[in-house]
Amino acid sequence: MSFDVPADRRYLESHEWTTADGETVRIGITDFAQDELGDVVFVELPAAGDEVTNDEEFGVVESIKAVSDLVSPVSGTVTAVNEALFDAPELVNEDPYGEGWMIEVEPSSEDAFDDLLSADEYRDQIE
Amino acid sequence: MGLRKPPLHTIHADRDASFTEFGGWEMPVEFDSIRTEHAAVRESAGLFDVSHMGEIRVSGPDAATLLGRLTTNDLSEIDPGETQYACITDEAGIILDDTMIFRLPDEGDPVYLFVPNAGHDAEMYTRWIEYRDEWGLDATVHNATEEWAMLALQGPDAPDLAAEATDGATRDIDRFDTAFLDVAGVRSFASRTGYTGEDGFEFLVPWDEAETVWSAFDCQPCGLGARDTLRLEMGFLLSGQDFDPEDEPRTPYEAGVGWTVDLDTEFVGRDALEAVEREGVDQRFRGVVLQQRGVPRHGYEVVDADGEHLGHLTSGTMSPTLGEPIGLGYLSEQAPPGTRVRVMVRGEPKQANVVTPPFIDK
Repeated sequence: MSFDVPADRRYLESHEWTTADGETVRIGITDFAQDELGDVVFVELPAAGDEVTNDEEFGVVESIKAVSDLVSPVSGTVTAVNEALFDAPELVNEDPYGEGWMIEVEPSSEDAFDDLLSADEYRDQIE
Repeated sequence: MGLRKPPLHTIHADRDASFTEFGGWEMPVEFDSIRTEHAAVRESAGLFDVSHMGEIRVSGPDAATLLGRLTTNDLSEIDPGETQYACITDEAGIILDDTMIFRLPDEGDPVYLFVPNAGHDAEMYTRWIEYRDEWGLDATVHNATEEWAMLALQGPDAPDLAAEATDGATRDIDRFDTAFLDVAGVRSFASRTGYTGEDGFEFLVPWDEAETVWSAFDCQPCGLGARDTLRLEMGFLLSGQDFDPEDEPRTPYEAGVGWTVDLDTEFVGRDALEAVEREGVDQRFRGVVLQQRGVPRHGYEVVDADGEHLGHLTSGTMSPTLGEPIGLGYLSEQAPPGTRVRVMVRGEPKQANVVTPPFIDK
């Protein structure tokens, strides 16, 4: 099975992705992660205005069979939350890099992406 | 110790199933998605490989005495070709395992096959042998777990699918009855039972011929993930999780299966259970439905509106049929069905209602 790993994102070993340009970044979980979890039924996310810290938990995603912490790839302030997931958590399975995004963050530091994996590095990890 | 594998392991792997360890077996947990598989069983049909279930054959002149004294129900109630659900309890009345007992169609002395849960077959075989010898009974006990594959065909379309594959032979089997018959030409044992709440059959098939029977049914393959959500919606107990002699020691009365206990029969645990029946229990197996977002899980605490402890959950999931978070567990008699309680989800109290399972109408 082959998983989608868009080249325009950066990744964590724990299977979160972040966009890497613009004043705010979007964060979600990877195609591989949603497949491992199976049917996502619940997400718990921070609220706009909350602070997140890179490599630290910012929420929880639950599938029918598993519970998994969400780890933030960056540090910064949450500017938006994908509230569509509260009523339709299956969007995480259906479109993990698009409509299944989780939070938007305004990073607190410009070099926030240096330690993240590139698409190629992440693909090597999951294959 | 390596994991035991069902005979269809390679077939499942080729079908891209994901696997999980369960009771010492490596079993398919998911073929497509739990939601898809669950819906197939509720709406049409699904096929499960449940070869991790044990099979122990008890025969000989004292077979009924031996089996009857080691299980809680009244074994004399079942005739050849019938089935019975029962608990296996220790001297203190604690459930060691629950089991389906098949009385095989027989002539002469009764012959039984009972089905311990995954990983309990060796322990139950030894238990039967030791008690047989202690009591000086004339019975033969045989662990046939790795001689029989077990396939469960479940769902509203299961009777038609079964009839097609058996030249109509399954049409003559009533609910909870059994028969020997040919499935796609393979001599098998069929029982009109299951663990999903749907109509259907469980087939015992010779280990080496499992693939022929598995391939005889054109329907959704299902893994243990969907098996768990289906049984949860029905409030069926899962051995080792909803009861366990070490981690969750419970009597049948606490576990909501007091109806399997016949105190007019002699069995190991009877005297202890008579006292429990007389004195009552402190906690009972109940269902909860969360009224707030969240997913109830094994081990979560249940409290009242003041935060006082009422019990804990032993199973939980997001019900695929209802789209609601449901849980099963042991709650104080102070929280009967209809009570508003709180389930502690990662430190947060979530409102929930206590109900009597099943959660769906079946």
